[in-house]
Formats: sequence, C-alpha cells, structure tokens
Amino acid sequence: MVEPMRVGILALQGAFREHAQVLGRLGVETRLVRRPAELEEIEALVIPGGESTAIGRLLFEYGLAEKLLARAREGLPVFGTCAGMVLMAREIEGIEQRTLGLMDITVRRNAFGRQIESFEAELQITVLGDKPFRGVFIRAPLVTRVGAGVEVLAEFEGKPVLVRQGRLLACAFHPELTDDPRLHRYFLGEVAKA
Amino acid sequence: MVKGTWTVKKGLAEMLKGGVIMDVTTPEQAKIAEEAGACAVMALERVPADIRAAGGVARMADPEIILRIMDAVTIPVMAKCRIGHFVEAQILEALGVDFIDESEVLTPADEEHHIDKHAFKVPFVCGARDLGEALRRIAEGAAMIRTKGEAGTGNVVEAVRHMRRINAEIRRLQGMRREELMKAAKEMGAPYELVLEVAELGRLPVVNFAAGGIATPADAALMMQLGADGVFVGSGIFKSKDPMKRARAIVAATTYYDDPQVLAEISRDLGEPMPGIDTSSLLPHQRLQERGW
Repeated sequence: MVEPMRVGILALQGAFREHAQVLGRLGVETRLVRRPAELEEIEALVIPGGESTAIGRLLFEYGLAEKLLARAREGLPVFGTCAGMVLMAREIEGIEQRTLGLMDITVRRNAFGRQIESFEAELQITVLGDKPFRGVFIRAPLVTRVGAGVEVLAEFEGKPVLVRQGRLLACAFHPELTDDPRLHRYFLGEVAKA
Repeated sequence: MVKGTWTVKKGLAEMLKGGVIMDVTTPEQAKIAEEAGACAVMALERVPADIRAAGGVARMADPEIILRIMDAVTIPVMAKCRIGHFVEAQILEALGVDFIDESEVLTPADEEHHIDKHAFKVPFVCGARDLGEALRRIAEGAAMIRTKGEAGTGNVVEAVRHMRRINAEIRRLQGMRREELMKAAKEMGAPYELVLEVAELGRLPVVNFAAGGIATPADAALMMQLGADGVFVGSGIFKSKDPMKRARAIVAATTYYDDPQVLAEISRDLGEPMPGIDTSSLLPHQRLQERGW
C-alpha cells in the first residue's frame, strides 16, 4: 500500500495523462503542474516523457525551472522518465541543451537511434524483485556517466537505464506505458520517503 | 528485444501530446521550429498552401530534403506519402523518418485502398473527418489520428467541424446499449471491436491531433479546448510574417490553452498571419478533405 500523498505531474508537453492513470490506480492524488505556484502544492513530482526540447523551453520561459530547483533543494522527490531523465541530467552529450541539472549524470539523447529502432525488452531490476520489468524504449536516451552518489538500479546491454540519487529517480524507458506499477510504487515508497 | 511493436508506435504518438508539429521545407526552418518548442516537424518540399497554389500531382518529397532536415534537428521528423502509395512509405521507412503521414494533402495514388500500415515498423498518422474514417485508419494500423480540416487555407472551420463530429459520435456510442453498437459499427463502416473499445474508453484508442487550417495561437487553443491532444500547423507558421514569434506563441497556446490571460499575452503583436481562404469558395475538386476512403 502507498500512503496518501499529493503528486504533481509536469504537464507542459508529453505523456502526462499516462502517469496520472498509473498514480491514480496506486491511490494517490495527482495534480497537473503548469504554473510555478502549483509546485508549492505537491509532495512529489513526475517529469514525463515527451520532447525534452519542447518541455525545457516552456519550463524556463514560464518560470517553473527556478521554483522546481528550489523545491528540489528542499528535498522534493522527483521522478523523470525519458525526456524527464534528460531534463534532470547535469549534462547532455554532444549538444548544447539547457537542463535542470538535478542529477550528477551525463545523458546521450536518442542513444539507440531513430523511431524504427525503438524497442521493448525485459529488464532485471533488483529493487523491484525477481520478476522482470517490461522496458518500453522510445527514441530513448542512455546514461553515459554517473557521478559519485548516483546508484545504478538497472542496465540494458551494460549501460545504465535506471538511476537514483537520494530522492531523485530517473529512467530511460516508459513505465507509464505498461500495466506494471512497481516502479511508480518504488518511487512513492522507497525514494520519496528516503 | 523487439522493435516496431504497437506499443512503441502508439507510444511515440503519446509522447507528442500537448505539443505542436510544424511543417518545414528547409533545415533552417526545422531549426526555428525546434528552437520554438515544436515536438516534431513535418519535412516537406512545399507547405500545403503552396501545393494548393501549384496544382498538378503532389508527391512524396525528395529524400534529399527529408535527410537534410533529419540531420538538422534532434526532435522527431515526419514525412508525407500519398494515400495508398505503399512504395513511397517503404522509401520513407528506409530513410529512417520517425513517423509517416499518409496524407490527403498529396495526390492520392489509390482511389479505393489505404496502406496496410501494420506491415511497417515506422508508425503512421492519418487524417479523418468522422469516427468511422478514424476507426478504419486505426484498423489498418494508424498509430495516430488527426482531423483533416482543410489544409493550406488558414481557416480553422473544417478542423472544428471534424473534431466536433468525431467527439459527438464518441459520446453517442457511450450512450448505446451493447447490441446497438453492432448497428452503429455497420452504419459508420467501422470494425465492431474498435467501436466497442471506443464506447468503453470514451475516446479514440490512439492520440487524436487537430490539423488543417490552424493559423493563430487562438486557433490552437480552440482545438485543444475542443478535445484535441495536440496540433499540427502547416502553412500557418512559415507563411506568416514572423515565423519564430508565431511558432513560439502557438507552442505556448497549446500548453496554456485554458488560460485566457496567457493567451491574451502571447497573441499580442505577432505580425501578419498567413492569408486565409474562405473554404466555402473552394470547388469540390479543390477540397483536399474529400480524399480518403
């Protein structure tokens, strides 16, 4: 069981509806976040998949980035998936792109290639138990460098695809596009309560 | 590891939601679109307004143009093929485009059949004017639907008509008893299983964007308030006086579609929009939306 909690989902662009559905099924209250003030009302935040350039531009232009960074410094738990992971990274490989830089990781965008290379694969995620987790990778990024203090929780072909740094969690795949709520539950439980 | 599954095809469309897909004809335009916050670009030789003006047979763009645009940006690149022209689609897939639009804006290559889109690893988007048409395209494998509207006119009236019609038909199905759904399926020429699914979900089983005539931030917000998952802007951006400013404003309007204060602010001083066409002045053969079966 997950304790009652108000979870924000950054709803500037991307797959925010799917995250709201998974979180709703876990019994937590969700809020779509589009304005800085809405970041005050939440106890955890999900940054969904979408296009990191599109989300990033609105994030900085509409004053959300500053507020989000301040809340993260106070310990707000944040879970980023795909584009969300890109936005949480300190560094993007090979291109100039403004990010939040919350996590000490370097990320390579579209690391597996274009859409025709998008794939599904079974992942072994020890913290979620023995049953494999279905990883849905869509024009997915990869983590190419992890700093001290960043734990690698899952790899695909030897590269990190799920990482954690304290109350921050990020993955390269899309748990919101599966029926498996274990990773969201892990975020609300282990990560957010750390 | 499996590639090109229905989940990853439909999933890419889900990632585009709440975003703006912009028509571009050069790498420079593609960079402006990306910088402005587009969630994808549509690589074309000509925007619909110019296709309309040029007349003749409109075909898939030259691969050289598409490849140069793919090299210029990091966001997904879409390209159009003619309705039923599965070889153009095979070529686009071989080029590595991220999404194919089987589009009525180009001259149809087949007057009875659309492409079997399940046969491809790359996802497809198709236009629709009503629910039956949308469900036929989904049954053929379309991972995303858009309204047809009337492309290249800068007039949103047809996109509004199509979005309202699709959503009204979905609401009608939701009120039906199960045995009535077979009759509805028969009448709208749609597969029964998809009709059942729509009645249950209360929406299409794939993402539904608005397209065809969107020219202003207010147009984009109107379509979002009518229930669109996102918008395509064709001629509206690069046929206007200040494409960067207009592109940024339409992106913001698609996110803050329900906030009139933000919409008022971003609609200020955008310069001349594209010139529009009264769609009632179009002759039957000039109505692109009639293409598709």
